[in-house]
Amino acid sequence: MNNNDIELNQQLGKTVGNPLVDGIPRMSCQSVDVFYNQDLQAIFNVSVDLAKNQILAMIGPSGCGKSTLLRCLNRMNDTIDGCIVTGKIYLDNEDIYTSNIDPVLLRAKVGMVFQKPNPFPKSIYDNVAYGPRLHGLMTNNSELDDIVEESLTKAGLWKETKDRLNKPGTGLSGGQQQRLCIARTIAVKPEVILMDEPTSALDPIATATIEELMYELKSSYTIAVVTHSMQQAARISDRCAYFHLGRLVEVNDTNIVFTNPEHGLTENYITGRFG
Amino acid sequence: MNDLDFFIILLTSAVVVFFIGQAKARSRQESTSGIRLHSLPNYYGYLTALWTFLPALGVFLVWSLFESNIVSMLTIAKFTQLQQLSTDNLSLALNEIKILATTGIYYSNGDANINHQAAAVYSKYFNHSFNLKILVSTLLALLGFTYTYLRINPTMQARNSVERLIVYVLLICALIAILTTLGILFSVLFESVEFFSKVPITEFLFGTHWSPQIAIYEDQAGSSGSFGAVPLFWGTIFISIIAMMIAAPLGLIAAIFLSEYATSRVRATIKPILEILAGVPTVVYGFFAALTIGPLVRDFGYYLREVGVNLDIEILANLTVSTESSLAAGLVMGMMIVPFILSLSDDVISAVPDAMRDGSTALGATKSETVWKVIVPAALPGIVGGFLLAISRAIGETMIVLMAAGVAANLTANPMNSVTTITTQIVTLLTGDQEFDSVKTLAAFALGLGLFITTLILNIIALHVVRKYREQYE
Amino acid sequence: MNNTQIVQKSLKKRYAKERRFKIYGVFSIIVSLAFLLFLLVDIVLKSTPAFTQTYIKLDIDFSYKVLNIDPKPNYTKDELFKSSYRNLISKALYQLFPDVSSRKQKRALRKLISSGAQYHLRDLVIERPQLIGTSQSVWVLADDDIDTFFKGLIDRNLPEADRRIKDIQITWIDKLQSKDRIKRQFNASFLTSGDSREPEQAGILGALKGSLYTMLVTLLLSFPIGVAAAVYLEEFAPKNNWWIDVIEVNINNLAAVPSIVFGILGLAVYINLFGVPRSAPLAGGLVLSLMTLPTIIIATRAAIKSVPPSIREAALGLGASKIQVITHHVLPLAMPGILTGSIIGMAQALGESAPLLMIGMVAFVADIPQGFFDPSTVLPVQIYIWSDSPERAFIALTSAAIIVLLIFLFLMNLLAVLLRNKFETKW
Repeated sequence: MNNNDIELNQQLGKTVGNPLVDGIPRMSCQSVDVFYNQDLQAIFNVSVDLAKNQILAMIGPSGCGKSTLLRCLNRMNDTIDGCIVTGKIYLDNEDIYTSNIDPVLLRAKVGMVFQKPNPFPKSIYDNVAYGPRLHGLMTNNSELDDIVEESLTKAGLWKETKDRLNKPGTGLSGGQQQRLCIARTIAVKPEVILMDEPTSALDPIATATIEELMYELKSSYTIAVVTHSMQQAARISDRCAYFHLGRLVEVNDTNIVFTNPEHGLTENYITGRFG
Repeated sequence: MNDLDFFIILLTSAVVVFFIGQAKARSRQESTSGIRLHSLPNYYGYLTALWTFLPALGVFLVWSLFESNIVSMLTIAKFTQLQQLSTDNLSLALNEIKILATTGIYYSNGDANINHQAAAVYSKYFNHSFNLKILVSTLLALLGFTYTYLRINPTMQARNSVERLIVYVLLICALIAILTTLGILFSVLFESVEFFSKVPITEFLFGTHWSPQIAIYEDQAGSSGSFGAVPLFWGTIFISIIAMMIAAPLGLIAAIFLSEYATSRVRATIKPILEILAGVPTVVYGFFAALTIGPLVRDFGYYLREVGVNLDIEILANLTVSTESSLAAGLVMGMMIVPFILSLSDDVISAVPDAMRDGSTALGATKSETVWKVIVPAALPGIVGGFLLAISRAIGETMIVLMAAGVAANLTANPMNSVTTITTQIVTLLTGDQEFDSVKTLAAFALGLGLFITTLILNIIALHVVRKYREQYE
Repeated sequence: MNNTQIVQKSLKKRYAKERRFKIYGVFSIIVSLAFLLFLLVDIVLKSTPAFTQTYIKLDIDFSYKVLNIDPKPNYTKDELFKSSYRNLISKALYQLFPDVSSRKQKRALRKLISSGAQYHLRDLVIERPQLIGTSQSVWVLADDDIDTFFKGLIDRNLPEADRRIKDIQITWIDKLQSKDRIKRQFNASFLTSGDSREPEQAGILGALKGSLYTMLVTLLLSFPIGVAAAVYLEEFAPKNNWWIDVIEVNINNLAAVPSIVFGILGLAVYINLFGVPRSAPLAGGLVLSLMTLPTIIIATRAAIKSVPPSIREAALGLGASKIQVITHHVLPLAMPGILTGSIIGMAQALGESAPLLMIGMVAFVADIPQGFFDPSTVLPVQIYIWSDSPERAFIALTSAAIIVLLIFLFLMNLLAVLLRNKFETKW
């Protein structure tokens, strides 16, 4: 380890700010480490809470581990060979990495929206109905129709698509596709929604629509969003976490992070000195 | 001297003139030191060699291809006795004359006197033709050489000329694919047309009785022997269905398992092992089907029959059982096709983007749910394309059915019974004694035409579907 | 009931499905592997009798009388060639079993020995004329039925009518065995002789040579033409041109056309139109090269495509012409891929039999072919011919020939894999 690294480690050290929230958090990470193939550590000792009905924005330069942490929250990392997660991650006071927690059930509770819109090559209706059908969330077809309508409405897509529910979801525009993916996630009635740079593949107008949607959704869901855009983080999030080289450097209420950051690295990043 | 010797001489002279051309270019460069050569001296050599070699070779090859037929025609023209023979006997006589002329061995069929005379004429014409061929080719080679050699000077754009020539040669090579298809059509089309002039196409397509082996007397061609090909079509389809019923699920599920479930190490071990199955020659499968699986299936059939008698089940008790059966052939063919479907399905399944898998997993789908509800539907066009290619392969497979399915044209849905297929009949009709132009032989070409068209359509649809599918995810 | 409970309730069933599906997957793989194993083991087991052959020791009296030649110091080869050696064997047999008298029994006795044994004796005498006039113990080849019985493949408890060997022959064999006059020995002639109607004399050398010549023709034609066609299509063909599309569809289709169709083409065009000799390796090679072409073209195109454009651009930037770029850079870099594809194509051609049946390579050829124009057969077709023969001993020979063929194919594929691994470049 050369001097630079030591300096960096000292600099990164312990998370500053306010990782814990008042009351009972919806989700909580405690001392999480993530390794790929044993020798490559992607996340170092991260602890952070997700409060109910709030949006937590995760920001930081590329490769800082924010997406990795996000994927740990609904155990999507299980699908990657050689990925090991240590530490504890709680959902409503239950450790999601213990053996009696089922990843399928967990993912029904913690939904995820991806960077690139990924509708299935099926009709719009079938895309939204996919989750409820999987989990048997309805007893008959009219109930399913209701779930589809409700989810599409919540995702702000109902008006545009109600006449073309049988058309393929892949035929929609990029922003519509992403809202379809959000509707698809909502249809399972999750408690937490994870979003991995949901607007990075979209144009500014579609981005604005999605941002509005996220703002509306937070009344019913807990949301964690990874974003590259600091403006977006500032606009939509209640709390903001800054990651650097796999460490959580600083986490606090968004307005504090952006107006009065405690850590020098955070300040450098939000003022645009690197990133 | 024979053809091969001349070819070697031609090749050697090409190498020699390469150096001559190269030397002349060099000398020009040095003597008129003011002007630089346009191209490297080698290119002048190449150009000389190509112009010496290519035209001569072209004429030599085309001549060689048609020489034997033309000489035969000239020989026939000399002998009225030969002209009077029927087409069948003429081809037999011609064969004998050729063998007599080239080897001196005589099989005493037909008119020995005429054949001996004809053989002498044939040899004479053949020698003339050969000498003329060598002469013309040599002249062309000399001409090509002089033409290029005289033109060599520093301003000549040798490299460009060589490259243009090479591109033309490459183009001709690429055109061979089209020539092959035309050759196939040419081989089957004329004979098929002749066949259908003797046997009505409706009888061929819809007739249910196939027995071409009935002796066909002269001038009676077509009136005896029946050519209703429905039992053949049925046999082909039936065996293909059995094969696909085995290969489709096994291959597809194995492909899914290897690409979605197996660790990369298991995958890296199992896949090459299964690919061995694809590399085993079909004649080996045929042997295995005929000698091992066939008797097993037969014994199983006897067992079923016994069960049928004991339990008084009429269908089973009256089961026809034979050693050559569609089940044995279909089973083995199915196993042969498994790796084919496996690798095609594996390709299309891997082409489905990971985003689909993630999307489904994040909604709480189990792996098999993701596979059946997202990946397989997404990959369906590619999978179907692969299945079509597999069907085309099953239809065209020859050795397994030839060795294990039998030659009896039964119209039966009993998998224990023997059936015959299009390919089997083509082989049986075209091997053995050749009576060209007999209805029996012509029938084989009509079957060949049917086989070619069927597989062509299947292949084109399948390749198109797979290509479109790939483009979608590229 | 909230969602969690609903999902929880369905989980057990869904996981059962998941497990079931996984079992199907493992099952399919195991079935395929088991089939492969069954196939290989079955063939290996069937082939074992072919590796040895049964010999019988006879006391041959090379007398002048039986050989029907006069005693003199030197013999021409021709004289010795003409003599009758069959009688030597018959006499030795009668001597060994003096109580055999009826004509029928005598014939059965003579049938103990292979009809090829006399030629063996002839060659022996021609090689060492000093044997004439002496009496020698010679191990001669037994007939295939005796061989099959001696290897335990015919049950002696079967009724006499159901087996190809008579009761009396069995007693003779037992007697020979008690006198140590019958033994099994490594079957070298399998690899050194041509085809024969008699299984004990049949070998695969003729077929191997036929395959060699056929493969040579195939390689010499399909490799240069295939690579040239691929270079044209990849580097020179105008893009989005309808007739280039036609060529491409053609090539892809030809790769999937049933092989027998190529046989029909060979019969109609090569043999009947162009007068290529039937049954000759030249005809076989011409047919197989058409079949191999699409494979080589497709593999070559893929290999050329994988050469990064940056290398082309670098060479073009230095003033190289397009042909120079191709011959100096693209082809050498693509060569491992081209070779791998070509070897796989050649392996396919080596195992191909159906189209060769069409062009007469299925004819019985006892002589070993000496060139591209001699009538011959190839290994897979030899397998087909033998598997069609009624004699029991041919089953073992066929299996042994299959093993030889599989070994060749395995080596070729191994070479292809090694080439790919050694030269594989990730750009």
